[in-house]
Amino acid sequence: MQKLNGAQILSECLLREGVDTIFGMPGGAVIPLYNVLHDYPFKHVLCRHEQGASHMADGYARATGKVGVCIGTSGPGATNMVTGIATAMMDSVPMVVITGQVPTYMIGKDAFQETDTTGITMPITKHNYLVMDVKDVARVVREAFHIARTGRPGPVLIDIPKDVTTNVTDFEYPEKLSLPGFKPNTKGHINPIRRAAKLLDDARRPLIMAGHGIILSEAYDELRQFAEKTQVPVISTLLGISGFPETHPLYYGWPGMHGMYYCNMAISHCDTILAVGMRMDDRVTGRLNAFAPHAQIIHVDIDPAELGKNVPTAVKIVGDAKQVLKLLTEEVQENPAGEGNRLAEWWQTLNQWRIEHPSLALPDKPEKMSSPWILRQMYHVTEGNAVLVTDVGQAQMWAAQHYFFARPNTHITSGGLGPMGYALPAAIGVQYGRPGEQVWCITGDGGFQMTLEELAVVREENLPIKIAIFNNNYLGMVRQWQQLFFNERYMAVKMWNPDYVKLGEAYGIPTVRASTLEEVVPALEWAHKQEGPAMLEFVVDPFENVFPMVPPGASLQETIESVQEVAPQLAKVAAAAGGSSGGV
Amino acid sequence: MKHTLVALVENQPGVLQRVANLFSRRGFNIDSLTVGTTDTDKISRMTIVVDGANTQVEQVIKQLYKLIDVLRISDVTNDRTVDRDLALIKVQATNSTSRAEIVQLADIFRGKIVDVAADSLVVEVTGDEEKISSLLHMLRPFGIKEMVRTGVVSMTRGAGLAARLGEERLEAAG
Ligand SMILES: Cc1ncc(C[n+]2csc(CCOP(=O)(O)OP(=O)(O)O)c2C)c(N)n1
Ligand SMILES: [Mg+2]
Repeated sequence: MQKLNGAQILSECLLREGVDTIFGMPGGAVIPLYNVLHDYPFKHVLCRHEQGASHMADGYARATGKVGVCIGTSGPGATNMVTGIATAMMDSVPMVVITGQVPTYMIGKDAFQETDTTGITMPITKHNYLVMDVKDVARVVREAFHIARTGRPGPVLIDIPKDVTTNVTDFEYPEKLSLPGFKPNTKGHINPIRRAAKLLDDARRPLIMAGHGIILSEAYDELRQFAEKTQVPVISTLLGISGFPETHPLYYGWPGMHGMYYCNMAISHCDTILAVGMRMDDRVTGRLNAFAPHAQIIHVDIDPAELGKNVPTAVKIVGDAKQVLKLLTEEVQENPAGEGNRLAEWWQTLNQWRIEHPSLALPDKPEKMSSPWILRQMYHVTEGNAVLVTDVGQAQMWAAQHYFFARPNTHITSGGLGPMGYALPAAIGVQYGRPGEQVWCITGDGGFQMTLEELAVVREENLPIKIAIFNNNYLGMVRQWQQLFFNERYMAVKMWNPDYVKLGEAYGIPTVRASTLEEVVPALEWAHKQEGPAMLEFVVDPFENVFPMVPPGASLQETIESVQEVAPQLAKVAAAAGGSSGGV
Repeated sequence: MKHTLVALVENQPGVLQRVANLFSRRGFNIDSLTVGTTDTDKISRMTIVVDGANTQVEQVIKQLYKLIDVLRISDVTNDRTVDRDLALIKVQATNSTSRAEIVQLADIFRGKIVDVAADSLVVEVTGDEEKISSLLHMLRPFGIKEMVRTGVVSMTRGAGLAARLGEERLEAAG
């Protein structure tokens, strides 16, 4: 039998898991691990901050469906990755995070760069391990990958003390897994599926709410087949965008805090909801006690804990979206399109809402710079073929609204945690995962400031990422809240910004600034044609607001479409009072 | 309403922390939690008493199931169970009358005097929560100097849970 040290065993196991790319940064506790990476064929991408590495692994995982891998040293390396781990946890992204730890005999002594990494990350990982014996390394790595990608995906952390990486043992790859406490059910029981089919057959105003689960389980065809067989309108959650072609006639947009007005009306008036692979997040539901007041809800999720967690459900189906949708499609009655469509009346209502409240309508040519319009032009210039990785804030919402995503898994954003600074490093990970595609990083000026150090990676690796900074010189989304809900008392939202053209130059990334309407399309076209990286700065109106909007504490029915509606609607909401709100 | 949950968990370092963490993270209050060994050294058994609405407790159970180290959880609230709590109660006993009375009370509750000092007695008593509470109530007038309770451990009567728990036990052990 082969004698290997812990670092070699770890690397051998990574190879067997099909890992090709690792994002990370070395440090004292992981030097022995980095030392053996010489002998393995992994592409190692050197981040400039471990938060970057964690978001890169996340982006890579979301783009490929494979497990993303990142490495950080003990102490600060590990704590820097906390944001990325929590992001992956909230959005069910499969990741294996490897952190160095002080040697086993120093644990508990407050040694240099010692932190209780498993303690810190316990609530933000699907599972984590502190490996105290080199004999456990192979088993732990095998289990970690299995747990990360099986069932509802999520991040798994392996904390590995320095001496465990240098100790030697016989290496034997554990072919068999023993995890008696971990057996996700993927198939879906036929009984609730039949009950769901019956409900859907009888529904007059049904709606499909498709979440991130569609993308995670690659249920694109199954969702389309179900929708086409039944003619039920499809709406998606923010993370579900690009799980169903936005250009499909059965697509009806996405709902929630900044979703389409008509979508929020559809939820408020429908009689049946088929929710697949989504978790009834408060950003989607609005005030809970007024969510879908007329609907019977059929909820499909691989995680049983999501069923009934936030909203009462009529039918709960535990299973993988792909498998359940397949069975459900077999069980439901066909409802042919055109003449005789059982849902014709419902579609008429839906179309009427969309005509009366065209949330996404934009002028062909606005009077001045407008972020939504820029994003629409980006859609035209890239012919809808780009992968957009978006940051957090107003620009994120406008991108989700005004770019139309027709290809599977082309909209990548952090929905659950919403950490500013996500987009650039995530885009790097996405570009590694999908090297042939044009990846755009869409970010506000505030978010960009948080992780722009990763521009060095873009340059160093010559990644052809296109970066679009929407510079309004404000923390725009917070400014919007202060304007609308805090009497325009602006506090800590105006920001000085560096000269982004010079910044781009300093990083060796060609950069163009567009400050007028006329400059927008040429700038987009220029970036689109660049073979290597390119950066655009759009100097945009600081006082643009994202609409539609569901004010905090309001229900979806109380969606507003302009500043003028805010005051009267708030008065109504205050009168009704209670329910969920949440922050920016 | 109070619910008694019985969980079989893999005897891994940190498992207690994972369970306790989950309760505080999800905003559930634990009334009591006991952990002990079982007949296999790879598996520990927890008895957790929580207070909450049925839907809330259902959510706790589902969230607990997501912990990799948790093998099985059962809500035994409505099952026929044997519940045992053990208490050590140090009672003030400065004269022979109170001493005699305390001994008598301990006797009635099938408790034992496990320590005698000049001015106090230590009573040991086991039983369900109610029994211990009533003894406490009776002893209070003498003056309770110190008290400790282990928290409830619970076991279903007859085949019940044992059958349900069997499969996981074997797998984890093997
Ligand atoms: C790490 C982090 N800190 C704070 C916030 C709160 N927050 C949400 S959006 C936002 C403003 C973002 O500003 P910018 O990136 O310029 O985007 P804009 O809204 O202006 O388009 C802030 C501060 C956050 N989401 N993440
Ligand atoms: Mg901004």
